[in-house]
Amino acid sequence: MSDTHPASSSPGSLRPAGQAGDVGASAPLLSIQELTKDFGGLRAVNACSFDVAPGSVTGLIGPNGAGKTTLFSLVSGFHQPDSGRVYLDGEDVTGLPSHLLFRKGLCRTFQIPREHQSMTVTENLMLVPKGQIGERFWNPVVRPGAVRAQERRLRERAREVLAFVNLGHMAEQPAGAMSGGQKKLLELARTLMADPKIVLLDEPGAGVNPTLMGKIREKIEQLNRERGITFLLIEHDMPLVMGLCNPVIVMNQGSKLVEGPPAVVRSDPRVLEAYLGGQYAALEG
Amino acid sequence: MTALHLAKAALLAVPLWLLLSSLLRLKPSWLKHLASLAVGFGAAALVTLVTPTGILSYLTTFILMACIYAVLSVGLNVQWGYTGLFNIGVAAFYAIGAFTSALVTTRMPTGLNASFTKQLFGLGMPFWVGVLAAGLVAGLLAWLVGKPTLRLRGDYLAIATIGIAELVRLFFQNERWLANGPQPLRGIPQPLSCLTGDGCAWLPGFVNSFFAPLGPRDYPFVYIAIVALVLYLVYRVLERAIRSPWGRVLRAVREEEASAAMNGKDIAAFRMQAFVVGSVIMGIGGALYAHYIVSIDYSHFDPLNGTFLVWVMLMLGGSGNNRGAILGAFVVYAIWSGTSFVVDALRPTLAAISPELPSRGPYLRLLFISILLVFIVLYRPRGIVPEEKVVSLDRDL
Repeated sequence: MSDTHPASSSPGSLRPAGQAGDVGASAPLLSIQELTKDFGGLRAVNACSFDVAPGSVTGLIGPNGAGKTTLFSLVSGFHQPDSGRVYLDGEDVTGLPSHLLFRKGLCRTFQIPREHQSMTVTENLMLVPKGQIGERFWNPVVRPGAVRAQERRLRERAREVLAFVNLGHMAEQPAGAMSGGQKKLLELARTLMADPKIVLLDEPGAGVNPTLMGKIREKIEQLNRERGITFLLIEHDMPLVMGLCNPVIVMNQGSKLVEGPPAVVRSDPRVLEAYLGGQYAALEG
Repeated sequence: MTALHLAKAALLAVPLWLLLSSLLRLKPSWLKHLASLAVGFGAAALVTLVTPTGILSYLTTFILMACIYAVLSVGLNVQWGYTGLFNIGVAAFYAIGAFTSALVTTRMPTGLNASFTKQLFGLGMPFWVGVLAAGLVAGLLAWLVGKPTLRLRGDYLAIATIGIAELVRLFFQNERWLANGPQPLRGIPQPLSCLTGDGCAWLPGFVNSFFAPLGPRDYPFVYIAIVALVLYLVYRVLERAIRSPWGRVLRAVREEEASAAMNGKDIAAFRMQAFVVGSVIMGIGGALYAHYIVSIDYSHFDPLNGTFLVWVMLMLGGSGNNRGAILGAFVVYAIWSGTSFVVDALRPTLAAISPELPSRGPYLRLLFISILLVFIVLYRPRGIVPEEKVVSLDRDL
């Protein structure tokens, strides 16, 4: 395992600007091909295929039960697909466990935040970076100095990340004591500690008040623009999706229905039909 | 103050010094250690002087056993307290450690003895080799048990460990070729016992003459120093490890597995590490017990003594806190020992109820300790010393 220094970059450091909007010009960062998953008799994901271009903020929408979260679970290694393949940066990563996908630069947040409740917000973040020498049982005993130095760097970095998501005042609070919206921000902060290539966000705006929602959106845009992080996000809040994402992918009944720029997707009769049922689409048409 | 007092005080100073230095969380500074050693010696001298000989001996053996239980409790704390691994087969690792150290340190019986004592091997190695071997074999057993069960839900580990504990005990009971089966395995050597006998050949003369007043019956004073030292080392190493990123990952795995995995942590690997480390410590506890008791058999490692008491100690003291685990061992062992006096006192009452009852009196102890457990869970679920919120290496150690 060739892990790099966990404290090598900070959220303030600028990477080459991402190519937001330059969709489809280069090889896909994440490629999902014919992915299928059955739960008993229910086919949750049905031969779903799409690509996520590097540097994009791709939106994944669809009516409830369309298979969006299951798809996330398949891509992030929580469930094994029954068939189909997942490629990350050209490499076949189908069925890899979550922790290995993480090391390859894929990060995922949860619809319902899963913070480590009794640990402080800072500790929640310090946990994340890879290549921590102190994670080997003997190192704190044999090389306490090196571990301590690395911990100091991690703490500093966690502090910067918390400042970035405006959670600095919560640093020493137990993560369980935060509000729902703050937990969503913590989820985002968690991915920042990881230096990811691609982040899968599962409903970053759900249950969050409009002010905080605006803040989350702003942070996603900033990270995409300044650090070139690719986002794939599930969201039900249409104004957020339409303003933030390009392209937008619509899933229905386990597979991709439509893909395109937000304006095109919004007026596609198939999308209206999927969301509202056949008769409304007929009215519109 | 006689020479005997002085010798006892010098030995009792060791646990008091270590207690003092860990209570004050001393950084490795020789001056502070020297000072606490002096205070420890002063306190030990005072205790030795004012306490009647019989009571002092009782206290010493009590603290000795409590220290051995504290090692087990701290081992369980790594598994349950920090990682949430439900091991209800502590006795298995305790027993395997005790028997391993016994086999490694005793010699093969010869002559007439050979027909009474059967054992697989007897290497006649020194005490510390036995302790290390005990940890190693207990760790190996943990790895074997953990391999198929740690990936599954917590309940499976519980079922597997309770089964393994019974298996290990019954195996040692029935397989005579291994460690004398139902008969006790006798003659386990006691480290530094030469101090209480004719003196140790490898020690300088003045040390031997200093400890010369000690007789063989004073051996617990020697052993308490050794056990306290081992407990202290285990405690310090664990505190380091727990207050480091390693401990942080363990707690993260305990609290929210899915998120820890998504943070790139190999959950199965960390669980295995915690399980093995905890079991190694339990094995060491077993070795300490064997060399104290001298003669061990399967019955010492029943679920009550080997597992249940250790659990009550950890629950009472505070799981997720090493100091709590140690404190719990002392408190619960005190209560456990105290109940035997209560049962004695109740004998006439029990006899008045029914003539058969007094002989069954000891079962009352089990009842008392179970009631204690119920009270802990109801009124003090986080223990006397609850888990600390922040544990990070760069500021605490």
